[in-house]
Amino acid sequence: MNYNVNEKGYYGEFGGAYIPEMLYPNVEELRQNYLKVMAEPDFQKEFQQLLKDYVGRPSPLYLAKRLSEKYNTKIYLKREDLNHTGAHKINNTIGQILMAKRLGKSRIIAETGAGQHGVATATVCALMGLECIVYMGEIDIARQAPNVARMKMLGATVIPALSGSRTLKDATNEAIRDWINNPVNTHYIIGSAIGPHPYPDMVTRFQSIISEEIKWQLKEHEGRENPDYVVACIGGGSNAAGTYYHFLHEESVKIIAVEAAGLGVDSGESAATSILGKEGIIHGCKTLLMQTKDGQITEPYSISAGLDYPGVGPMHAHLCKTGRAEFMSITDDEAMKSGLELSKLEGIIPAIESSHALAIFDKKKFKEDDIVVVNLSGRGDKDLDTYINYFKL
Amino acid sequence: MNRINQKLEKSKRLLSIYFTAGYPNLNDTVTIIQNLEKSGVDMIEIGLPFSDPLADGPTIQASSTKALQNGMTSEVLFGQLKNIRESVQIPLIIMGYFNPILQFGVEEFCKKCSEIGIDGLIIPDLPVDVYNDQYRATFQKYGLINVFLITPQTSDERIRFIDSISNGFIYMVSSASVTGSQSGFGEEQTNYFQRIEKMNLDNPQIIGFGISDNTSFTQATEYAKGAIIGSAFIKHLTSFGINSVDKFVSNILKA
Ligand SMILES: Cc1ncc(COP(=O)(O)O)c(C=O)c1O
Repeated sequence: MNYNVNEKGYYGEFGGAYIPEMLYPNVEELRQNYLKVMAEPDFQKEFQQLLKDYVGRPSPLYLAKRLSEKYNTKIYLKREDLNHTGAHKINNTIGQILMAKRLGKSRIIAETGAGQHGVATATVCALMGLECIVYMGEIDIARQAPNVARMKMLGATVIPALSGSRTLKDATNEAIRDWINNPVNTHYIIGSAIGPHPYPDMVTRFQSIISEEIKWQLKEHEGRENPDYVVACIGGGSNAAGTYYHFLHEESVKIIAVEAAGLGVDSGESAATSILGKEGIIHGCKTLLMQTKDGQITEPYSISAGLDYPGVGPMHAHLCKTGRAEFMSITDDEAMKSGLELSKLEGIIPAIESSHALAIFDKKKFKEDDIVVVNLSGRGDKDLDTYINYFKL
Repeated sequence: MNRINQKLEKSKRLLSIYFTAGYPNLNDTVTIIQNLEKSGVDMIEIGLPFSDPLADGPTIQASSTKALQNGMTSEVLFGQLKNIRESVQIPLIIMGYFNPILQFGVEEFCKKCSEIGIDGLIIPDLPVDVYNDQYRATFQKYGLINVFLITPQTSDERIRFIDSISNGFIYMVSSASVTGSQSGFGEEQTNYFQRIEKMNLDNPQIIGFGISDNTSFTQATEYAKGAIIGSAFIKHLTSFGINSVDKFVSNILKA
């Protein structure tokens, strides 16, 4: 079984580029160039240098002793929370800004939900001196004020998405419309492993640094490259794609994908796409998505803004369909509890997205000698208000 | 022969009007179609509303949202159009995004269209190659014409390919924009119109996006077989209601 994208842009039956003709020249330009550009020694040199000196990579692979003791298994945390700007998102924005420069683009657009990808995009635009426009749902702007302020300090223009439900899905629509209106000078930095081909593959490749490092770091710690499990939370699926990438074809490594169940899978307030979703088309790709019987895209819900997306990237739809990955779903309450637990046991306050991945230890039993690597995709600073309100801190 | 082809053969300065089915009220669909035909419109695009219309500007977004709130679905639309051919003769095209059609079942959707007397489909986010590889035979089986878009950025080579797999007309998007963004045409557009005109394509072209009044309609039909108006008509419906359709149309067509 092949779990990577094929030459037509599909993962099994998922993926492709279901885009209006207006976007075709942009997406086609990217498709024809992305692998070539990424293979250029000069590109790789600049990318690696920035990841090291600016982002602070490699991010540590940390054996969480007290957490391991509690769950009677060996848990390693991949510390993407220690990256500059506080999450894995910057791996992708560094890669894409270098791509945009090589394609001669002078104007950058992005969508954001919680604001993490918006901040990561505004950051690299400041670094490269490029104009930056971030679309953000009007509702998210109100509930993520600190990240809006960060983007503004970094010189970005934040434009409220006023259409539809005024959250991430609509911000993505607005960014796509902007790209239709500005087909020549603009590059769209998508923030997850979603969108029309080649985006899911390109974003995955930029994030694959995560599993590349896990391999040699685990070798140093344990004398072996492959853990028994790799675990990551899935919104659109970029941190997960990066965490799995170099293990996809290692049969001994089991893959666990953690979705947000929100108030519960059957509550009507959920983002557990693998269970509630059906094959369809969202933002230019064929994948699993939450929709009505009539094919209208529905609004997901999760306490974590980063997991609050009605689809999953096409690679994950394929991993789900083929059974390569085990999909689990975690409720708001379970995630919040695990976030607090990690803070108390290890002195690490995780992003609520990452807390979802940590919450599986209460639901699934691992063997004592299993090695489980959890991607800690981000830190909890951005979520302090949510933690405060939830725990009445 | 498909009604679209007949119409294209016979007419010049063809006017096609787009509206969103289920807007302003759920059951206005048939009345709007009948009023448009009576007012002298040559062809109608019935918009099947979608929650996430990527290629549309604020006007069509808002009409789509309202139509969905009103309860419009593919099923409801087919129900409303069941007897449409008893009262309406002009070509009817359904324009909608791909996901609702995919969920309905592409073959089932085409079958329904053909039973009712729909003549063609415009599906902006169904890629040309996917249509060609997977759905072309189905469309042909049910006698449906699929209409593709081209834009000022589309290469000549790709236009030739699209022309080769089209069997009705080519939808020429007037500028790099979503629907309803601008009005009137500058030099850039007329250069593009002339470039396409000179290509001598097999399929006639109809220009859409950015046409809102008699001036832009006249300009567009100097270079192409016809023109499509969407957002401006929906704005008119919003302001003046479904019984003033003829006023809008006569303003566009005035000599
Ligand atoms: C810390 C963190 N983790 C995970 C995600 C989810 O995105 P993805 O599934 O693309 O990794 C986000 C998105 O904002 C995030 O900020």
